[in-house]
Amino acid sequence: MNPVIQAIGLQKSYGGHRVVDGLDLSIRKGECFGLLGPNGAGKTTTLRMLLGLIAPDAGSAMLLDLPVPQAAREARIRVGVVPQMDNLDPDFTVAENLLVYGRYFGMKDAEIEARIPSLLEFASLTNKRDAKVPTLSGGMKRRLTLARALVNDPDVIFLDEPTTGLDPQARHLIWQRLRALTQQGKTLLLTTHFMDEAERLCHRLAVMDNGKLISQGSPRELIEQNIEPQVVEVFGETSGQWASEHAAHYAQRFEVSGESVFCYVRDAQPLIAHLQAQSELRYLHRPANLEDVFLKLTGREMRE
Amino acid sequence: MSIFAFPKLSLRFLPIWRRHWLVWKKIAAPSILGHLADPVIYMLGLGYGLGSLLPEMGGMSYMAFLAAGTVCYSTMNSASFEALYSGFARMHEQRTWEAILNTPVGLDDVVLSEILWAATKSLMSGTAVLVVIWVLGLSHSLMSLWMIPLALLIGLAFASIGLIMTALAPAYDFFMYYFTLVITPMMLLCGVFFPVTQLPESMQLVASLLPLTHAIDLARPLMNGEIPPQTLLHVGVLLAYTLVAFYVSLVLFRRRLSR
Repeated sequence: MNPVIQAIGLQKSYGGHRVVDGLDLSIRKGECFGLLGPNGAGKTTTLRMLLGLIAPDAGSAMLLDLPVPQAAREARIRVGVVPQMDNLDPDFTVAENLLVYGRYFGMKDAEIEARIPSLLEFASLTNKRDAKVPTLSGGMKRRLTLARALVNDPDVIFLDEPTTGLDPQARHLIWQRLRALTQQGKTLLLTTHFMDEAERLCHRLAVMDNGKLISQGSPRELIEQNIEPQVVEVFGETSGQWASEHAAHYAQRFEVSGESVFCYVRDAQPLIAHLQAQSELRYLHRPANLEDVFLKLTGREMRE
Repeated sequence: MSIFAFPKLSLRFLPIWRRHWLVWKKIAAPSILGHLADPVIYMLGLGYGLGSLLPEMGGMSYMAFLAAGTVCYSTMNSASFEALYSGFARMHEQRTWEAILNTPVGLDDVVLSEILWAATKSLMSGTAVLVVIWVLGLSHSLMSLWMIPLALLIGLAFASIGLIMTALAPAYDFFMYYFTLVITPMMLLCGVFFPVTQLPESMQLVASLLPLTHAIDLARPLMNGEIPPQTLLHVGVLLAYTLVAFYVSLVLFRRRLSR
């Protein structure tokens, strides 16, 4: 079976700066695929090219077996988009937002009206049907945006940072809904810089930086391929001195960040035994996670 | 696709037009008041105030003279405000365009819908002023019904020109230039308040290039029950402004939104 989304050598520059640089991507049907990367890595530009909203300078993309941007209109009939920033119609009620949006897909009013109750139920907004958008909370707006992206019953859903700015309760509800969508067989492509979100939702991930894919695989594979399985974080005023004297002896790899030392190890026991004897240091022992991979691959410096 | 490509027009603008219509219906009362208050007060104030001092102008009472100009300039204003301020809000502030462009609707359809919607606002404001004029008995001729399609045409021209500014605007402040340097001069030079022939010849030449002059050259005879001289020329100029400005604004929007 052909991939649902495919990119070959995508490239895009703005003002001499290469934002996306030779990107290859292949996303299968029914998969939840996560695009990770720091701010400015080129995630949104990649999504916009895959949607056919902007043309690449080089390379090609296919969306649902149609070439984009050439046949983007036909492809987008079967695509839903949850944008990074809310762009709901503030003058309309919840239900009107869905109705008006469905019309853009050429749907008849009766057809949309018939879908609205189930969309509202899916978004837990049934009792907000006639509420105006400005009266909704951030989480409700996001859920309405998600419901709106489903108005045309799409096969593929693009989500650009779907839970940014939401509180934990609101995020968990969105995650639950996104999982339900994958269970229905929809293909999801999402960008995020929340590692817990990526780890929980995505079957496969790609880490992107400076316009390039630097690693790809399942969350587990990414951790196994890129990093030692155990992490011991060491804190305390003397941690820097401790690191320069002892860390290399106990850890396969370590990084100093402020007063914390991150030690990446295959076997944590000798290190922990040693740390238990150091009264001025505190430590935290945990399994390696995606965030460790992400920081290893994209560095610890701020991206602003 | 090149940003200079020929516009791809389709009926897909229609759901967007219906969106604007649904928004408008929610604010219809203040909106109609806004369409009427300003032009009617101008017309009555100047019409009675100045009109009492003037025996007649252009072969009619000053109030009747003013009536044709008032329909045209209020039509120009409503299309301009819609295309600039409301258009900018939809493109930039509310990101309505972004939401629409994620669907199978294209940018060409979005821009077309903006022009047609702004022209619809012109049609509504022009007709509203016209009704006041009929009620006041300032125009008796059935010919004045032609003012309705003319209001639409004026709306199309000024919506298209206005969208060029919207496509270039970094922020709302930018529109001040357009109103101060384009719209206000047109209101004062194109024959709304007095015949263009009263101006020095050089200014008459400038006025003859401006779209509002041609709108008024059509409107005044129509209100008076006459067929306007050089009808084709005036309609042609307004159409040319519409088509050229539509294309230019579309190219500018494509450039702006391709990043």
